[in-house]
Formats: sequence, structure tokens, C-alpha cells
Amino acid sequence: MIKISHISKIYKNDSIETRALDDVSFEIKDGEFVAIIGPSGSGKSTLMHILGALDVPTLGKYTLDDEEVEKMSEDELADVRNRKIGFVFQSYNLLPRTTALKNVILPMVYAGIEQRERIARAERLLKMVGLEDRMDHTSSQLSGGQMQRVAIARALALTPSMLLADEPTGNLASVQAEEIMDIFTKLNKEGHTVIIVTHEPGVAVRAKRTIALKDGKIVEDKKNGHSGTSKHLS
Amino acid sequence: MDIAELLNTSVEALSTNKTRTFLATLGIVIGIAAVISLVSLGQASQKQIANQIQSLGSNLLTIMPGAQRSGNVREALGSSTSLTDEDAKAIFSSSQVTTVKNVSPEYSWRAQVVAGRNNTNTQIIGITSAYAEVKKIGISSGSFVTQREVESMAKVAVLGPQVVTDLFGEGFVPVGETIRINGQAFRVIGITASKGGTGFQNQDDIVLIPLTTAQKIIFGATNLTSISVEAKDENSMSLAQNQIGYLLLARHHLTNPSSADFSILSQSDILSTASSVTGTFTTLLSGIAAISLVVGGIGIMNIMLVTVVERTREIGLRKALGAQKKIITTQFLLESIILTSAGGILGMLLGILTSFIITHFMSLPFTISFASIALAIGVSGVIGVIFGWYPAHKAANMQPIEALRYE
Repeated sequence: MIKISHISKIYKNDSIETRALDDVSFEIKDGEFVAIIGPSGSGKSTLMHILGALDVPTLGKYTLDDEEVEKMSEDELADVRNRKIGFVFQSYNLLPRTTALKNVILPMVYAGIEQRERIARAERLLKMVGLEDRMDHTSSQLSGGQMQRVAIARALALTPSMLLADEPTGNLASVQAEEIMDIFTKLNKEGHTVIIVTHEPGVAVRAKRTIALKDGKIVEDKKNGHSGTSKHLS
Repeated sequence: MDIAELLNTSVEALSTNKTRTFLATLGIVIGIAAVISLVSLGQASQKQIANQIQSLGSNLLTIMPGAQRSGNVREALGSSTSLTDEDAKAIFSSSQVTTVKNVSPEYSWRAQVVAGRNNTNTQIIGITSAYAEVKKIGISSGSFVTQREVESMAKVAVLGPQVVTDLFGEGFVPVGETIRINGQAFRVIGITASKGGTGFQNQDDIVLIPLTTAQKIIFGATNLTSISVEAKDENSMSLAQNQIGYLLLARHHLTNPSSADFSILSQSDILSTASSVTGTFTTLLSGIAAISLVVGGIGIMNIMLVTVVERTREIGLRKALGAQKKIITTQFLLESIILTSAGGILGMLLGILTSFIITHFMSLPFTISFASIALAIGVSGVIGVIFGWYPAHKAANMQPIEALRYE
């Protein structure tokens, strides 16, 4: 359960105030599939950083599963990111020269999960995203689509409250992008909360709800008409 | 977060750029190698001096005349002419002195010694036949100076092996040859057995002639430059020192021991003086070597700062995935500690090798103290912490958003 109430993010630069977010409020319930859309400069990246506990709002409250995120120290934020948020980035952000398996293990290392358990979990997750025969490949030996699947497996490692994806298909060819979106759709059907930040309408329509931002304000918050499943889903 | 995982991460990070890692540690390697080899050489020469002094026997006392005073000017120890043949005889025969076994009066100076076309500058010592026993000198060929030769002021000389080499060449036995000292011709009657060693107080680089010849024929003097006394055993050394002291004070009509015109030194006195001199040199040299360690540490800090900037995105990712500050700090601190410790161990091996080679070629005793090894490794670890802290702190304090955005 995500509760954003009256959040503003204000940047001050040489006495010029920029309101990247201006009094934004919304709720996302467990199991929702939300697309946050908007042109560049609309504040969607800032919103994503705040949702992901990478940054704190200047004003307003952010409650994530009854925890008040906006009051937390840096280390407490790190802990929230570790336990509750599964990030998927546009540029995959895997550790270079590191195997797929070790990349998936990394957040579990920070969570202090015992070695045998974290290897078993990582193997299971990589199998789930269809990379059972690529576990020992390093990042540079994987294609873009494969790297993004590793990133999704990593995001799921600690069964987070939400999957937070920032333009997850932005660097991918359309076929691979479809496959990645299929995975998100499938995960949402299994009960995961999925939030995708994007500027591509084709990606946004796969979500069940769209929050549109412009100039730091919500201009539209609507339920999408269709089910969000893909015709290509096998 | 377990330390094994962190260690693994650090080693992997360091092994991705091996050349840079090696160059970064080089400063520490050289610094530690310099400290270890200099300390080792210092200790080796200290041991060498100790060996030489000990080879004279541990129950040897040396009596030197005091410094000559003219007005307020105090000249060097041994410059006064207060010791005489009679003093030496009295020490040997006085009933007050019960702990003395043998007394060797000596008159020594440095002079040029000539044999044919060759010449050398060496220590000439006028002695009696007691010298051989007191100083534990053996004869390798010919004979030693006899009591009769002392009484008759014979112009005979016993040479140390070093002098033989310098004047006649190695392996030659010059018994019966003639050498010239201060213009006087001396017949060589014997060669002493080698005591080994080089430099300080070299027992092989001496020419021994009868005491009376030195005093009366060459210098026209009656005083002595030193008296060597062999005490009965090691335990009676301090008693002997006291007995001789009081005897000489009385003989020189002095009442206050502080105004004594002579000094009595045991081998351990001389040893501690010599040790303190070489000790000072060792400390000084090690200090200079330690400065190179600081320079090496700055090199490590420089490389770590570059590494932190290069890996900004990685740090951002780690923070986004939940790494707390102390984990990032530990990761980078570990990297710099591994760098400096590896450098320390390499430097230690290099230092041991260097000092082994140097001591081998200088024929010094090879010593490596456990303390200097422990210190070197400890110090290199500490350098890792000190110079790695700032880069690690910088990494830990990066903002995850900015770090993730960094290109």
C-alpha cells in the first residue's frame, strides 16, 4: 500500500525555485499495475525517485506499508529500498564483469540472507525469467533483453512491496520490449504491485491504471479500459 | 553483510585493473623494503661490532689516560700522558688488586709502514709479551714478541694478516723480511692469526713491536697510551674496575674519583657506546625510509579516489539495492587495506632479499628481526586505513540518484 499525500519537491538553484513536483497526492493499492507517464520535465523521474526511496520530498507525506518514508535517515532509506522496492532501470545497471547469478544475489547479500538460501533463490528467479542456461554468463555476454530479465530477477529477490521500473524498455528493440512487458504483466497477475515510469504510450497501455503528470502536477489518473494482457502472451 | 563477501568483491575489483593495482602498491613495496633492509643492515653492523668486541674476551678491561686539560679546554680522551709503565707494573703486583690475571701495557699510534715499494697506513702498537694472552691473539707463522726482545729494545715486528696482504700480497709469508716504521727498519718475526672482520677496531690491521722500542727508540716517551687488563673471570670485572681505580687514584695523588685522570672501560662499556652510535644511524635511516611510506600512502589515496569516481554508477546501484553507508565504506577501505598489505608483504620479501644480498657481499651477519617484519606489515595496514578512509568516506556519502545518473 502506497500513500502519497500533498508531496512537493522543490529544487533551489541560484535563488530560482523549481517545483519538480507540486502538491501531488495518490494511493496505489497492493496488486495494482500503474503506468506513470508524462513528457520530459513533467516530474515523473522525481516522483519515481521519491517512490523508490532514493530521495525524500521537500513537503508532504509518503507512507509505504505503514512506514513513514519521508522521515527516514539515509541508512533507513537504504533498508527500505532493500526490503520493499525492486528497481528495474532503463540501462539495466548490472554489475560489470559479474555473472547473472551474482547480480541477482547482490540485494540478498545486503539483506544478510544466508549463502545457500540466496543462491537457491537466485537460481529459481533466473529460471522464472527464462535464463536458466545463462546463469554463469557475465553482463557483457548477455543481450539487452537478457540483461533486463536479470534486472527483473534481481528486483524480485527480496519479494518487494513494489516493482518500480524506470523506462524498462527504453533501450530495447520492440520484440524484446514486448517480452519484458509480458513478464511484468505476468508478475502483476501473480499479485505483484508494478509501477512503470515511461513516456511511451505503447508501454503505458499495458498497465491497468495511468497517472499522467505535467509540470509537476497530476493531470489525469484513469483506469485503463482493457485487461492489460498481451496478444503475444504465450 | 558478511566480510567474506566484501573481501571477494574487493579482490575482484582490484584484479580488473592489474597494472594499475600493481603500480599503486609499488610505493608501499619500496617503502617497506627500504625500512626492512635498512633496519636489518643496521642490526647486522651492530652485531658485527659486538662480535668484534666480544672476540677480545669478555673479561678485558681497558685503562685509558684522561683528557688533557689546558685551561678550560678539554682535549680528547687519551690525550694526557698520565699513564706510565709503573702504573701497569703496580696493577699487576699490588696486593690491593686481587682480581687481575694479566696486564698488558701498550703504546699505540697510527703510522705509515713501508715494505719495498708498498706502504700502508696502520695501527702500530708497542707491547709486551703479555699482549697475546690478554687480547687472545694467536700466531699463524713465526713467533710472537718475547720478554727478551722487549728488554733489549729489539727492532722486530709481528704483523696482522691484513697488513701482510697490503704490503706483500695475499698468501705471502714475510717472516724474515724487513719493514720500515717512522724511518726505522724492523725485521718481521711473526704473523698473527686472523680474527676476521672489517672496519671498526680491526684486529687484523695492526703491527706489533716491543713496547720499549716504541717508547724509547721512536718517541723517547715514558708514558702509555693504554693498559689492557685481563681480569680473573667475568664476575670479578666490576671489583677489578674498583680496585684498579683506587690504586691509580692513590698513585696519581688524587682524592676525588671525579677528578680521575684516567678511565677504566670494560668491553660492555665500549659495546654500548658503539651500539648507541650505530643505533642512531639506523633510526635516522629508517626515518628517511618511513617518509617514502607516507609518499606511497598518498599514491594509494590518489588511486582510490580515481577508483571511486570511476565506479560512481556501481556505488549508486549498490546504494539503490540497499547497501548502507558502512558497507560501502568497508568495501572501499578493504580495497585500500588489501592494496597496502599486499604491498607490505611484497616489500617485506624484497627487503629481506635485499638485505640478504648486501650482508652476503659485505660479509656482515644476516639478521632479520621479527619486530621489523611485524612493524612493516602493521604499518602498511594502518597506511591502508589512513589513506583509504577519505576515498571510502567519499564513496559512502554519494547520493544514489546522482550516482545512478553519472555518465
